[in-house]
Amino acid sequence: MDYVLAILVGCFVALGVYLLLSRSVIRMLIGMTILGNGVNLLIFTAGRLTREIAPIVPAGLDQPDGPIANPLPQALILTAIVIGFAMFSFLLVLAFRAYQSLDADNTDTMRVAEPVNEPNPPLSY
Amino acid sequence: MVEVPQAMIETATAAADWVVVLPLVLCLMGAAAALMLRKSGGLTFIFAVLIVCAVIACEVTLLLRVFDSGPLSMTMGKWLPPFGISFAADIFGAGFALTAAVVTLAVLVYAQGERGAEDGRDGFHSMVLLLLAGVTGSFLTGDLFNLYVWFEVMLIASFGLIVLGGRPAQLDGAVKYGFLNFLATTFFLLALGLLYGLLGTLNMADILRVAPSANPAAIAGVAALLLLAFGMKAAAFPVNAWLPAAYHTPPAVVSALFAGLLTKVGIYAMLRSLVVLLPASRDLLEPVLVAIALATLLIAPLGAIAETNLRRAIGFLVIGGVGSVLVGIAVPSLAGVSGAGLYIFHAILTMTALYLVAGLIESRTGQTDSRQMGGLYAASAPLSVLFFVLVLATAGVPPFLGFWPKLLLLQAGLGEGSWVGGLVAAALVVNAVLTLIAGSRLWAHIFWRAAPAGALMPPAPPRHTIWLRYGATGALAAVVVAAGLWPNGLFEALRVGAPDLLDPSRYVAAIGLAGGAP
Repeated sequence: MDYVLAILVGCFVALGVYLLLSRSVIRMLIGMTILGNGVNLLIFTAGRLTREIAPIVPAGLDQPDGPIANPLPQALILTAIVIGFAMFSFLLVLAFRAYQSLDADNTDTMRVAEPVNEPNPPLSY
Repeated sequence: MVEVPQAMIETATAAADWVVVLPLVLCLMGAAAALMLRKSGGLTFIFAVLIVCAVIACEVTLLLRVFDSGPLSMTMGKWLPPFGISFAADIFGAGFALTAAVVTLAVLVYAQGERGAEDGRDGFHSMVLLLLAGVTGSFLTGDLFNLYVWFEVMLIASFGLIVLGGRPAQLDGAVKYGFLNFLATTFFLLALGLLYGLLGTLNMADILRVAPSANPAAIAGVAALLLLAFGMKAAAFPVNAWLPAAYHTPPAVVSALFAGLLTKVGIYAMLRSLVVLLPASRDLLEPVLVAIALATLLIAPLGAIAETNLRRAIGFLVIGGVGSVLVGIAVPSLAGVSGAGLYIFHAILTMTALYLVAGLIESRTGQTDSRQMGGLYAASAPLSVLFFVLVLATAGVPPFLGFWPKLLLLQAGLGEGSWVGGLVAAALVVNAVLTLIAGSRLWAHIFWRAAPAGALMPPAPPRHTIWLRYGATGALAAVVVAAGLWPNGLFEALRVGAPDLLDPSRYVAAIGLAGGAP
């Protein structure tokens, strides 16, 4: 199972990087999300996969009764998903606003902050 | 059976130990309260200043305690350290957190002068406090995943600040800033996932304990990913393009805050993770680190010379400063890490002050491009002195603060006794010269030469707003000058604090893992 998930993580990251190399902002955004999900899956796999039961300590005991799934990666991923979602929402709105006011959804034509063909700096001093 | 005292903390945290997390609690609660107060007119400004003053008071207490009794830690949620999330302060972390809060105070005061009658309705003060929370958390945390969370807190607050106002250039800059920084934190998360898979822990002190016995090749891969992620956050050479594309777009106060805090957190995280946590992998990566340091040191000031937009040029100087800290990471002798730490301290203060001066220049001339500026010396001599002093400090000219870290780094390079050490030392000197050329060229263009024909200056702004802005900028510049003239306290702090980076046993003991319990 680990191998299947490892290959899947590889596919996610490759797809994410491919989309990030695109010039269209929306494609980059989708690439970010896929990359982020690949990373979440990686944390999940890195926490060791088991076919065991949920990490619940039975009533009256101080420690679980027998092997359990590792709960920590799930906590890490949950945090990462929430953060990733917040960033995605912000960047989506930002891309939309940028499209509205810059009339560009392409990073090549988005050059307000760094204008092309600026005159050379003065040679004095 | 698990013995409960081995897994849980059964006594309440001593009241004095709360000082480790109190700055964060204050910032986060303050940010939330400032959001609620936003319709109360000018109150949010006073409120935010009070919060930051309280944070400064906490951090001074923290720093004094760390000075007296070594690193200090606090673990949350009753679980003992490898399980509970720890916060730990050593001299470096506490000192940088204090510097960041001081800089934030100056920026808040300056912003009040610039924003004038505008009240806090746009959430500016909340976001500044949230940014400070992210920065302070990154400096004080003792857990790598927690560091990731503080990075994201810092990132989302900076997203808000960079687009505040919504001019087209800001949106453009924010797209580049946002995507590349989000990508950097995703790489950081990727490295964390792999590290967790390899070591089974993300607590910094615990990593120190178990990393030496893990597969060195796999750990080196993780270290390379961390180098890339923190390199992007810090704008080190091959991945620095987002900084000059974004830092000049928001209002000058926001640029000042970013320049002082964000890249420094990135480079500090690199120092901590490579030099302290994974020193064996750092040794493997040393050729890469040296190459990055050299390239960053040499290319950044050349960018500053070629640039005419004032704040973009200063952005390149910020990148050059990152190169100097990289030298300390590439040559981590005692002098090297001391120099890197002192440089971060210097850069937080000087870069913020430099951007604030740039804001004053821009509002005085009504221009952002140095091609259209000129003759400002006649209009405002104090401004020219401020700018020149800060340029000298950035380049590392003796009487000012920038000189001391560069001296330490040069010592580290030459003390290495190898050609690599000599190379980085030479690069540091060339960097200083190029920075001086770039800065004095800007000074000559803006202040010294005659104003270009047809240039008209906007009318001088009202008195009270001037005082707030000059006061904040002047106070920061005064700190830079004073710390350069009387550096004894700083060297004393380094003497106590720097050995902890190279031999973290005191740090591990403070977190409570010395016995190697589980």
